[in-house]
Amino acid sequence: MTKTTRRDFIRSVGALGATTSLLSLPVLGHAKAAGGRVVVIGGGFGGATCAGYLRKLSSDIDVTLVERDSTFMTCPFSNAVLGGLYDMDFITHGYDSLRDDHGVKIVHDSAVDIDAGAKKVRLAGGSSLKYDRLVVSPGIDLRWNAIEGYDEAASAVMPHAWKAGEQTAILRKQLEAMPDGGVVIIAPPGNPFRCPPGPYERASLIAHYLKTHKPRSKILIYDAKPNFSKQPLFEQGWAALYPGMIEWISESEGGAIDAVDVRAMTVNPTFGEPQKGDVINVIPPQKAGTIAEVAGLTDDNGWCPVDQRTFESRAQKDIYVIGDASIATPMPKSGFAASSQGKVCATAIVASLAGQDMPEPSYVNTCYSLVGPDYGISVAAVYRLSDGGIAAVQGAGGVSPKDVDPEFRVAESRYAVGWYQSITSDIWG
Amino acid sequence: MQNSNGLLNLIALLAAGLLLAAASHAAELSRGAILAASCEGCHGTGGRSPGAIPAIAGKSADYLVETLESFRSGEKPSTVMGRHVSGYSEDEIRQIAEYFSRQK
Ligand SMILES: Cc1cc2nc3c(=O)[nH]c(=O)nc-3n(C[C@H](O)[C@H](O)[C@H](O)COP(=O)(O)OP(=O)(O)OC[C@H]3O[C@@H](n4cnc5c(N)ncnc54)[C@H](O)[C@@H]3O)c2cc1C
Repeated sequence: MTKTTRRDFIRSVGALGATTSLLSLPVLGHAKAAGGRVVVIGGGFGGATCAGYLRKLSSDIDVTLVERDSTFMTCPFSNAVLGGLYDMDFITHGYDSLRDDHGVKIVHDSAVDIDAGAKKVRLAGGSSLKYDRLVVSPGIDLRWNAIEGYDEAASAVMPHAWKAGEQTAILRKQLEAMPDGGVVIIAPPGNPFRCPPGPYERASLIAHYLKTHKPRSKILIYDAKPNFSKQPLFEQGWAALYPGMIEWISESEGGAIDAVDVRAMTVNPTFGEPQKGDVINVIPPQKAGTIAEVAGLTDDNGWCPVDQRTFESRAQKDIYVIGDASIATPMPKSGFAASSQGKVCATAIVASLAGQDMPEPSYVNTCYSLVGPDYGISVAAVYRLSDGGIAAVQGAGGVSPKDVDPEFRVAESRYAVGWYQSITSDIWG
Repeated sequence: MQNSNGLLNLIALLAAGLLLAAASHAAELSRGAILAASCEGCHGTGGRSPGAIPAIAGKSADYLVETLESFRSGEKPSTVMGRHVSGYSEDEIRQIAEYFSRQK
């Protein structure tokens, strides 16, 4: 097949004299597909960024984004919804801008299978999408029954709220209904999991709500880990803002839970007595989104090995995995990281489709956490490629300083909101 | 009449097509662009921050380099910028600054 390149197309139009020969011009749709077809599965932080950037980098590429839901509710700032600082609208984003401003084709359906040989994605609705390159950014799925008694039905009683949306709303309602003097249990998993500082930001903002409305209540964190992200900063913030309200039980103190009882409303630590709670937030162990597993992209631990330069899967050619589902260590499983990876991956795909070398990648992460509405802390890192893998640049990044004036924490709380507004408009418009 | 109308439509359509073709682009895949993409996560698309984080689109490259270098040295205090700027070489800072100076 002879392909008409865009340049040929422009040249031939420019050279036209007689109007009659207009009829022999190639149709636009044809010229448009010349850049190749990319299908992106998942319209969250990784996938929606990648889809938009592919089109920004090359409008010759035909990009189709497959997303199950009609709108996306972000986990970032869902803890602020739980704390009563924002409503669900604030964290809800749509796909109109990607479609109308960037020309991304949006298909609201679920990808149920990938045929890597035929280069096709099968959708639940029955149709299939052909691709030249496929991006998979399905986020996480939860390991039901990894904690005995904690299955999908149990999550209606003890919400995980580790995917934002209905789960966030359930947990918020339970907090509102809880009597003053109640006990809230938060049970975070071991590493690796989505958003390492997330459970502790959640404890903070729930404490903010309780302090304001139900000051005799307590929060117990039953942790499967011996330590956690930004721990000294969180503990300093808790002592300053919510003295005596939050108790963290580490793994060595019996914090790891191996069973729950939804009827008795208890969690069972690996050792020690069952603990009763009025509101119980179980954050179970996680794995890459199911489609990654179905397509054979995961390793024995349930995450996807990738070439960290391009994010191409180690298991399948021309399939790229980004975001929480990928193994991008030392980058954390964060929305910021997923978005950064989406940009690197888009660059790699555009280069690959054009038969060029990609420029050397650069990656970044900044995770803000709100300890209170006017009290922000952060952790940052800059990464570059080293020996074919992602490495944090030594001497850069790190956490906010520990002993600073209150203005510093206020500034970071404002920047946390500013970051959210910037990244969500960068991704969803 | 029918015919010439049809022809006019066709010409209009092609003109629109030309516009589309002109608007279509393959942005340069540069190291500067990939470095700058990192900044956009906080400073907004093209450096056009919609919120509390300073907008950097269209600032002069010299001003941006100077500011970033003073974050690096600590001469200008910052919350997080000092932690970021230490991750890049002087040459990379210059490429980032030039990228944002070209944005509107
Ligand atoms: C409480 C909490 C707070 C957080 N706070 C922050 C924060 O402050 N900053 C930060 O950077 N990160 C934060 N995170 C982490 C962040 O939410 C994730 O790291 C990020 O969402 C990962 O992006 P992703 O693209 O991998 O997955 P997601 O953003 O989850 O997107 C996956 C998308 O794929 C869709 N999908 C999945 N499978 C299919 C299929 N088969 N077919 C079609 N569609 C499919 C899903 O519907 C979903 O929309 C937080 C997380 C939590 C839980």
